[in-house]
Amino acid sequence: MAAVFFFIAGIGAIVGAIGVATLPNPFYSVLALVFHLLSLAALFLLLRAEFIAAAQVVVYAGAVMVLYVFVVAYVGAQDEPVRPAGGPGLRVASIVFAGLLAVELLIAILGSGLKGIDGEGAPYEPGFGSPAAIGELLLTRFLFPFEVASFLLLMAAVGAVVLARRRGGLEGSDEEYVHPIPTRVPLGAGTIAEGVGDINPTASLQPSAITAARGVDPDDERERTPAIEERGRPAATPGADRDGGGW
Amino acid sequence: MNIGWYLTVSALVFSIGAAGVLTRRSPLVILLCLELMLNASNLALIAFSRMWGNGDGQIFAIIVLVVAACEVCIGLGLVVAMFRRRLPIDVDEMRELHG
Repeated sequence: MAAVFFFIAGIGAIVGAIGVATLPNPFYSVLALVFHLLSLAALFLLLRAEFIAAAQVVVYAGAVMVLYVFVVAYVGAQDEPVRPAGGPGLRVASIVFAGLLAVELLIAILGSGLKGIDGEGAPYEPGFGSPAAIGELLLTRFLFPFEVASFLLLMAAVGAVVLARRRGGLEGSDEEYVHPIPTRVPLGAGTIAEGVGDINPTASLQPSAITAARGVDPDDERERTPAIEERGRPAATPGADRDGGGW
Repeated sequence: MNIGWYLTVSALVFSIGAAGVLTRRSPLVILLCLELMLNASNLALIAFSRMWGNGDGQIFAIIVLVVAACEVCIGLGLVVAMFRRRLPIDVDEMRELHG
């Protein structure tokens, strides 16, 4: 029974891999990779790695592939042009290279003479590959790699944000920000004088106030400022003066 | 099933991934083929873990999973940055390093 499952999953994994490498549309490549990952998760289950199979399906085939689909949709999933990469000679050479790599790996695996690869594997404890066993290993023997991996993830997240952020040199972002309503902020706005009602900021938003503010020349403003201060001060200053006088 | 069969599948998937990295031109698909190669190594690690009846290989596979996630993160960030700068999404056209 295990042999049947193995061949179904193994052929699925290889077919998915070929689909990723050969389909012209990146979107279909992503879907082929999802199929490949699901087949691979079945192989992991056959190897008694339950936790990794679940993590593969949830994290990889779920989250990471959704990220891929988003980016493919953002960039636009157009087919690759038919022009081969660097000429047809290089393409043939690279395929030949990959074939030789496969042959070499198979010779290295099957000709290694290891006794272990001819068997079903060593006997294992009942909890082998369960989340409890993985968690215990991660938090005892492999605590340091675990922490280093978390730092690596943090750095990758920061790096991705830095890479993908909008830069100042892009078109359209060079103009200064122009306020849609051309008002001049009345002098003293945002101060205590406004708080006690000496200035009415909403009044300046009326059309008449805008034209008035535009027509105002700096001298006018300078005249207005002392008036505000004269009206704003008398309540506060006498007490302050009295206190100060004691010293 | 013998462990050797799993290793055979792993070797084939790794070679297919290598062929994809060498022949494709879209950086998105090259990243996908890199994922294939990493997954092939994961399969080999877990097969060896089963061979020894020891959980260490599975921890190794989890670390590989983390590294693959980081690689996806940075790679897709690069692709998005290329797209934002109106560069062609084609590794043959990317010959210069300066921004």
